[in-house]
Amino acid sequence: MEERINIIVSGVGGQGNVLASQMMALAGVAAGYGAVEAETFGASQRGGSVMSHVRLYKVDSPGPLIPEGKADVVLGFEPMETLRILSRYGNPSTKVVVNTRPVYPIGVLAGEQIYPDMTKILESIEQHVAQIYTLNATEIALTAGNPVVANMVMVGAVCGTGILPIKEEHFLLAMKDYFAEKILAINEKAFRLGMDCTNDAAMV
Amino acid sequence: MSLANVKLETPGKKVMLTGNEAVARGAIEAGMKYAASYPGSPTSEVLDILGSVTAQFGLYVEWSTNEKIASEAAAAASFAGVRSLTIMKPDGMNVALDFLTSLAYSGVNAGMVIMVGDDPSAHSSIKEEDSRHLSKLSRLPILEPFNSQEAKDLTSKAFELSEALRLPVVVRLVTRVCHATSLVNLGETEHVKGAIKAAYNEPILCRPQVHPDLEEKIFKIAQWASQQEMWQYFGPEDADSLVIASGPCTLYAKEALEILGLQDKMGVLSLKMTWPLPEQGLINLLANRKEIIFAEEIDPFIEENITSFAAYHTDQLGVIKFYGKRNGYVKGPLGAGIGELNTDIMIDSIAEIKGLERPDFCGSTAQCLSAVGGSLPERDRAFCPGCPHRASYWVLKSALALEGNDGFVLGDIGCYAMGRGRTGYYTVKSVHSMGSGIGLAHGFGTLQNFDFTQPIIAVVGDSTFYHAVVPALINAKHNNGQFLCVILDNSTTAMTGHQPHPGTAVNALGLEVPAMNMENMISGLGIKVEVADPYDINASRDHVLELLTQSGPKVLILRRECSLVVSKKEKPRRVTVNQEKCIGKDCGCNNLCSRAFGCPANIIDLETGKGRIDEALCVGCGVCASLCPAGAITVEEGV
Repeated sequence: MEERINIIVSGVGGQGNVLASQMMALAGVAAGYGAVEAETFGASQRGGSVMSHVRLYKVDSPGPLIPEGKADVVLGFEPMETLRILSRYGNPSTKVVVNTRPVYPIGVLAGEQIYPDMTKILESIEQHVAQIYTLNATEIALTAGNPVVANMVMVGAVCGTGILPIKEEHFLLAMKDYFAEKILAINEKAFRLGMDCTNDAAMV
Repeated sequence: MSLANVKLETPGKKVMLTGNEAVARGAIEAGMKYAASYPGSPTSEVLDILGSVTAQFGLYVEWSTNEKIASEAAAAASFAGVRSLTIMKPDGMNVALDFLTSLAYSGVNAGMVIMVGDDPSAHSSIKEEDSRHLSKLSRLPILEPFNSQEAKDLTSKAFELSEALRLPVVVRLVTRVCHATSLVNLGETEHVKGAIKAAYNEPILCRPQVHPDLEEKIFKIAQWASQQEMWQYFGPEDADSLVIASGPCTLYAKEALEILGLQDKMGVLSLKMTWPLPEQGLINLLANRKEIIFAEEIDPFIEENITSFAAYHTDQLGVIKFYGKRNGYVKGPLGAGIGELNTDIMIDSIAEIKGLERPDFCGSTAQCLSAVGGSLPERDRAFCPGCPHRASYWVLKSALALEGNDGFVLGDIGCYAMGRGRTGYYTVKSVHSMGSGIGLAHGFGTLQNFDFTQPIIAVVGDSTFYHAVVPALINAKHNNGQFLCVILDNSTTAMTGHQPHPGTAVNALGLEVPAMNMENMISGLGIKVEVADPYDINASRDHVLELLTQSGPKVLILRRECSLVVSKKEKPRRVTVNQEKCIGKDCGCNNLCSRAFGCPANIIDLETGKGRIDEALCVGCGVCASLCPAGAITVEEGV
């Protein structure tokens, strides 16, 4: 077991990334780690960039914020936000799972800003980290029945890639603890769809 | 992280709790029975949590109309022998201060704790304010936890201390403790379930004559803090170089020392009680230290108190070199003493003090933006899709433009403060404090003697209306104020997480209560009041224009439920853009829906240049349909 694992979940307010980070922390605890989880917020429902830090540890509890360049895993809910986070917290050994569906900033919709070329974003991520897995979590979530569960598709994907020492059973345990009965099934379904697509050729 | 964990009656079990949940749990375990608060980030969740376990633990909780009343209510419970808690952010402590500064003089009976959540970097505030100055001013001891476990433990301890000294005790958290989640060892709850008989038997008076007794209490608390060792020390005992830290800065400092390879050379002294200082203990702890670095948020509060203390004790402590915010050695994101600290800032600060290289962990990954031109567009905050405030600001902006006499809008705190920004069309010209817009509006409106002729509008929220606006309206009526007050009534306290207020039909206990009728109240003051639906842009604009022609104070209520609340119910309407009718960039409107209206659900198809609706975001308000010049946006009912 690693002594300390730093995970960043990044995205845009309203994508459910805070919940995803809580799920990572709870699954980490189920796998026998200590965990600290913290989100940046305030803008969390209001279109701003949102980033959560999850730190798993064996012995000594660290502070809630990951130092620059120290992210081991980045779970990116939005391509441009993923690149933004990597430029500050990534390093050449970082592993990345990224949702390829863009969410345009309000300034881009207003025609005042330009959203960077998607191919260039993904190529740059691939070039600068150890591993990248891509999926369209939003589309996959629609097949599960609701775009809202894209967050659990992403959690499923990170589990499926095996880049964390947390097993499927730990995630399932965490979900069962966390979700109310009536919404557990759709979240589990989304999680499995996310896991399944890690077998797809679409992943690089 | 989860309410279920707060409720657990399994002592010894380790669970994940946020700092806010840990404070709630610590209060419950300490036998706290009465809690009152007004919502304010980052602390709003504490009373929400307590409100949902009232039956289980026999609690009374309330959302009061403001923090002063909440403090007074909690103090009364304490006077009557019931342990009580009040919760606020620094802005709320400003409101409560008139009472709190007297409360230390009178003292309390049963333990009373004031939880304050400071917000370094003002993530969800309009200013950075360090509440510790107010606590010290009020002569209230301050405890500062660094994680959830400490938040629970120190909250419980605060009740003991408060009851022993008959003085309210402040537990001060910062945002990164309130909202961060970590493991907490649950304590017993069985013993707190017995019945309590509340009674007020002796008067508890505030009198200037008791000032010497109060100072004696503060002296005793400092002694108690030394005896109880209200600190934690990490690192080699004899280190001559030390970081003195409080709150999460303790953990940032520890990790910074590890990263710089100094953990065996330097110590970290984490203070659990930051005022009054444990002076006796500090004499021993600081003797033989050569240099001290301070790590705290927001102001150099410990720094100023310890350097002053050391100046009086040079015979025991010798000469110590101090490094802090005052002399610019401890940095901040926007300069020393400004903004939230983190491990990176502590690494930078300590590396510079020690003359070390700052390690670089990013390596070549730091260059990953060069492929896209070196920078990325920032994301402006935006009103949520369907937010009635967006429609209201469209109404106000266009009404003032039509009126044509340089009218302006003054605002205050709440979601609608985003009226300063892009999706509020930069309409709001001032934001200071709860209800400040209406007070300023009154001031501007009484400048007629000085040839002031611009129309004035004050916007206030519905929760703010009850918190701070009613006295200002009475003042305006009495002094013949000349302004229009627009109440943006979304039927909830939206910004802080949808807490109830007197205008809602439910209270903090979840009980149904009669919702207050604000138009009756305003009419009762003899002030003209009208109600309109902000989604109906044209009708609302006509109301504004008509009211602006009238003399005296006037009120327009723009009423629509918060779209976040509505979107949790069934989506009632489906909005689409007819691609045939939409003429995109060639339209005279130049993509008015996505360019000007500023709703995240109004997007452009970048290939065709035509408008589209993001169905994942749209809540079906249909306001954009009423604005589209080409009539290309349609609304289908009941899909």
